[in-house]
Amino acid sequence: MPRVAPPAAVLAFAALLAASLPAAAADDEFRLVIQDHKFQPAEVVVPAERKVKLVVENRDPTPEEFESHALNREKVVAGKATVTIFIGPLKPGRYPFVGEYNEKTAQGVIVVR
Amino acid sequence: MFATAVIVFREVLEAALIVGIVAAATRAVPGRNHWLAAGIAAGLAGAGLVALGTDRIAEMASGVGQELFNAAVLGIAVVMLAWHNLWMSSHGAELAADARNVSNAISDGRRACSVLLIIVGLAVLREGSETVLFLYGIAAADGGGSWPMLTGGLAGIAAGVAVGYALYAGLLRIPLRWFFTATGVLVLFLAAGMASQAARFLIQADILPGLATPLWDTSALLPQTSIAGVLLHSLVGYEARPAGMQIVFYVIVLIAIGAGMRWVDSRGPRPARQGAAS
Repeated sequence: MPRVAPPAAVLAFAALLAASLPAAAADDEFRLVIQDHKFQPAEVVVPAERKVKLVVENRDPTPEEFESHALNREKVVAGKATVTIFIGPLKPGRYPFVGEYNEKTAQGVIVVR
Repeated sequence: MFATAVIVFREVLEAALIVGIVAAATRAVPGRNHWLAAGIAAGLAGAGLVALGTDRIAEMASGVGQELFNAAVLGIAVVMLAWHNLWMSSHGAELAADARNVSNAISDGRRACSVLLIIVGLAVLREGSETVLFLYGIAAADGGGSWPMLTGGLAGIAAGVAVGYALYAGLLRIPLRWFFTATGVLVLFLAAGMASQAARFLIQADILPGLATPLWDTSALLPQTSIAGVLLHSLVGYEARPAGMQIVFYVIVLIAIGAGMRWVDSRGPRPARQGAAS
């Protein structure tokens, strides 16, 4: 029977958690609106190396899915609903996102500076 | 219509692959087909309910209810897959030795089947609810002109199911000697990938820190939107830009289930296999 590794893994996990706790400070909040299957604004500038709170309001009656492979995020936004998505901390750059259900029109980009 | 088919295909594919693997892994378990069908039916019903309640789920837990819900569904699936693999580690040898002589394990088999039902049901529930929402959005958006879109949706579903079935049929061709080892490894990576996804939802909800976002970026090498990327994502949890915490979850689940399988295997009821060890 092998001596089991998980206790060591759990310890390492706890250490990682503890090490990263100070990062959980107050969040910057940014708003996005979905209307007529478009994002407004289509470009959002956020600060680098900080955790950011995105509030996405869907004013359309139909559901939408906020999706970004660059940000590694996906979240369904029901019709006439508002959701919260946390992103970052991110390095400076451009991070495109789309509304997956209406990909032709619903496009935007998060610019990290 | 084609774009619709592609989106639906992507949603359906993951669930179809999971069902394909689980169906293959339980090939010798008595009464499996009924449980499989029941799992899919329950999953579809659940998907409809979740789609209806999306708004309410999202509003729970101050706006991150959807993430908590997804993480919980994935977490339960990981536990069930782990249980399945441990059960197979102790019974797989018997099943492989004689696929029909399992009547002594009927009660055990029933337990394995209820686990199978839950795994399949959860997979269909999670991916199905997004498909339902998407198709609903199309149907609601432009009243009568949406037939081509809905046809595309159906084509996407058919294509996803076909790939899942192809995987199932392919797995069945593996010689029985290696069969349960192969499906065991597949289930192991499936579970680890789901744990990583659960971690991603908890990071998105700001419940866990991301620890390095991303830890690596292989999107230029193997984009997650490519066919290979999508398949690897569904099967072994590949991500082009994972957060560090996702990898922590992935590795912990991989080691925990892997060690558990070895442990169950080593104290298993079949000392005859001792000759092969070491």
